Amino acid sequence: MKEFRVLWITLLVMALASPIGLYLPRLMKAGAAWGEWGLDEIKHMIGYTPAGMEKTADIWKAPVPDYAFPGQEGAPLSHLSLSYILSAFVGIGACGGGGYLLARWLTGGGGKSRA
Amino acid sequence: MHIPDGYLGPPTYLAAYAACAPLWAIAARRVRQTLSARHAPLLAIAAAFSFLVMMFNIPLPGGTTGHAVGGVLIAIAIGPWGAMLSLTIALVIQALLFGDGGITAIGANCLNIAFLMPFTGYYAYCLLSRFFPSDKGRAFAAGIGGWVGLNCAALTTALMFGIQPLFHTAPDGRALYSPYPIAVALPAILLGHMVLFGVVEALVTGLAVHYLQRSRSAWILHSTAGEAAS
Repeated sequence: MKEFRVLWITLLVMALASPIGLYLPRLMKAGAAWGEWGLDEIKHMIGYTPAGMEKTADIWKAPVPDYAFPGQEGAPLSHLSLSYILSAFVGIGACGGGGYLLARWLTGGGGKSRA
Repeated sequence: MHIPDGYLGPPTYLAAYAACAPLWAIAARRVRQTLSARHAPLLAIAAAFSFLVMMFNIPLPGGTTGHAVGGVLIAIAIGPWGAMLSLTIALVIQALLFGDGGITAIGANCLNIAFLMPFTGYYAYCLLSRFFPSDKGRAFAAGIGGWVGLNCAALTTALMFGIQPLFHTAPDGRALYSPYPIAVALPAILLGHMVLFGVVEALVTGLAVHYLQRSRSAWILHSTAGEAAS
């Protein structure tokens, strides 16, 4: 694990710095990514909500929508930042865990080291 | 660039899932054959890395936002098939836990971001590296690869959005899914990626390769075909 220490530290620093990705767009008055609008935004843009979209848009309820923990709608940016950093760590855990399990499975249980 | 639920009609997202299924199977097989035990933990680190890179939203002042992905850097480190698996993990976690990208669109997003991006970017990198084989040349090639990879993914994403009105328009002229035609979607998505997000991707990729070449972790860059298995 030692040779990966620099990489893990890089991930840690990135997670702590992640609110930059929250502040910059607000600062520059940029909106959502193109094609990632909510139903209200679409309705505002074209005057109606496409019927098929209305049916499938909310098919899945993510537990932490848009990297903001529930109950944070309209919370100040500082609170959202905390949420964002927490999401980053959840993401590291989930992606790291998923990647670890997949690698273990693919390399045959990790018992025999080939390196 | 994460297509949400409701923007693609069932024919598109089912076709994308169908296209991804054999690719995932090949990826698993190739990674099983070529990933050295030494590189295996990188699969996890890479997934987490791209997850984090995608959190750094970059604004086009007054316009839309976008972000880099890190997909080509990962492909250079663990090979394009390994990158496909790592990026798939990141995209699935984003969709399931954070609602970033739809669950019906996981196949489509994986096709664009987890498959096309690392492969086009990686081969652009390999091609350019032949002409510029020095360390600096390779870092430069990696940067160009990053730009190419992200823009290829942006292109196919725009096409997926853009073909929806062709397939799904009600008799009254109203769209059923994503409402904008190719002529609108293509420039809207590509422009930002060509002039800004792709440039950030290029800088991240090029600088990371440049740094890795000089660090004790330089072995990470020499992954392919398991030569570390000695």
